[in-house]
Amino acid sequence: MNPESGRISIWFFIGALVLVYGVLVLGAGIYELFSPSPTTVVLSELHAGIWWGALMIVLGAIPFFKSFPRAKE
Amino acid sequence: MNLHALYSAIILVQQPSRLIYLHFVDAVIILLYFAMILGIGFYLKRFTKTGDDFFMAGRQMTAWVAGLSFLAANLGSLELMGWAAAAYQYGILATHWYWIGAIPAMLFLGIVMMPFYYISKTHSVPGYLKLRYGEHARALSAITFAVMTVLMSGINIFSMALVMKVVLGWNINFSIWVSSITVGIYVALGGLLSAIFNEVLQFVLIWLGGMLIPIIGLIEAGGWSGMTARIAQRFPDQHYTHLWNTLGSFKDNPMGIHWTGIVLGLGFVVSFGYWTTDFLVVQRVLTAKDLRAAKTAPIIGASFKMLVPFIVILPGLLGLAVLPQHLVGETQALATGAHSYNEVLPLMLARYFGPGLLGLGITALMAGFMSGMAGNVSAFATVWTYDIYRALIRKDAEDSHYVSMGRWCTILGVLLSIGTAYLVMQFASIMDYVQALFSFFIAPLFGTVLLGMLWKRATPAAGFWGLLAGTLSSIGMWAWVQLDHRALAYIALSPNAKDMAENMYRGLWSWLICVGVTVMVSYFTQPKPVSELAGLVYGVTDIPSEGHLPLYKRPISWACIVIVVFFILNIVFW
Repeated sequence: MNPESGRISIWFFIGALVLVYGVLVLGAGIYELFSPSPTTVVLSELHAGIWWGALMIVLGAIPFFKSFPRAKE
Repeated sequence: MNLHALYSAIILVQQPSRLIYLHFVDAVIILLYFAMILGIGFYLKRFTKTGDDFFMAGRQMTAWVAGLSFLAANLGSLELMGWAAAAYQYGILATHWYWIGAIPAMLFLGIVMMPFYYISKTHSVPGYLKLRYGEHARALSAITFAVMTVLMSGINIFSMALVMKVVLGWNINFSIWVSSITVGIYVALGGLLSAIFNEVLQFVLIWLGGMLIPIIGLIEAGGWSGMTARIAQRFPDQHYTHLWNTLGSFKDNPMGIHWTGIVLGLGFVVSFGYWTTDFLVVQRVLTAKDLRAAKTAPIIGASFKMLVPFIVILPGLLGLAVLPQHLVGETQALATGAHSYNEVLPLMLARYFGPGLLGLGITALMAGFMSGMAGNVSAFATVWTYDIYRALIRKDAEDSHYVSMGRWCTILGVLLSIGTAYLVMQFASIMDYVQALFSFFIAPLFGTVLLGMLWKRATPAAGFWGLLAGTLSSIGMWAWVQLDHRALAYIALSPNAKDMAENMYRGLWSWLICVGVTVMVSYFTQPKPVSELAGLVYGVTDIPSEGHLPLYKRPISWACIVIVVFFILNIVFW
């Protein structure tokens, strides 16, 4: 929460969306690992969805929890 | 409506031919994006009650938010797709539009020009012209800006809809209306505050969605050296990977341009004109909470601008190295059914991105288009309300009346943009004319604003006549080349010059004419008293000293670091 304006910080919204996206991308990557789709992409053996999704979870969680709106003490 | 039903609604408007097929998880990612940006708009409505809130975001933005939104507003439109295509077509030369064509100008805005914009408390660039030169210069600048901005916005919408049709097979009307109405809703609700919040969000998404292509692409190509070796092998007669050493002659590079055109035309006039006077981008910096934040914001923007070639130019170069098919120009693509240059980014997406990542990549493209459109619409609403409606139509209304006008004007701007999009759909050549029209005003405006800020002798009459002369001469040169293409040899100083060179040299000449006329008229007309120039002109403005701040808190220190990195990058990729 921005103390001057009383608004929720923009970084909270960004963190929330990136965090949720990270979960979805990671989930899709894990699903692909066990149940590969018939049309594979180039370098699919890198499993980019898994590590990119995990990275997004970390990158999203930091601003999400740091900017989480808390009630005024 | 549940997610399955929404997904079905998207599927229903898809057509059979497309580059990419989305999965369920991709559709969820896209829908979440729309929900989030609309949610931000509804949330921020309660914080935009006054004109300052709606048009200037309350002037409370930190340097980071203002700086990222400054850059995101420019990342929109066809920036991502267009420059990736240009990189495939012209090679690394396209990087000049990100480095010499942006960095010096952004730093100049932050260090030299921002104090005058900020201290004068202007709400817009035409507003500054009013304070410095008077009503005539403001009216000329405001009307041309408002018309051109809304036309450009329409072209952007149409371009986005076209991309969505080619890439995803979406119905063109569906894309035009859904994207425009979404942008219209969140900007009308929360004004510039909402536009800026969403631009920062969109900036992050563009990076997250775009960064993976060059990473995987470089792995496939065997790193930078592997990529350049592959390009040299596939295109032995072309120089695609050198930034400067082919610019000694118009004939030696695929762009048909000389280094003087890049340095003086692009690096000085066109770039400085766009980054320091185009209100679409300057408006974001004016929302900073204090002068130091306003000076730092363009420097933060410049730091990230230097990195944008990684997600835009590098995918184009990687396309040259790894795509099995050779891409061709739009006309040839239509005639032969081959893929065009403009499809290089979607082709790379389709090559590397599986389910989930594909949704992220498409969201990044949409975010880019929407941030650009929101920039256009919010700038249009401000200039219309403050510089046209309040200045020329209704001068003494309540603040709440102007806020209400701003909201309606946002909707009007969106509808006019949609109208332009349909006009372009019927008459594609309009696109070229409107883009040329927009360029007519940028270079001369830079001359007018620069002289206004740095030379106190520049008079109100000279400001107006200089701007008009520069603009008319630019239109004249453009018309000359349209009527007789051989005129390009005179304007761009070589019979070997290509179309890309024309814009650079035309900008340079029109700037020189604007400056020349302004100086001449100034010596024959009455200047403003010095007391009226305080806060507007160098030498009579009290700019707060930063001497008491530690070095790391001074904007100039960071600007020096950025310029050093800028030179190093140019030397490395020489």
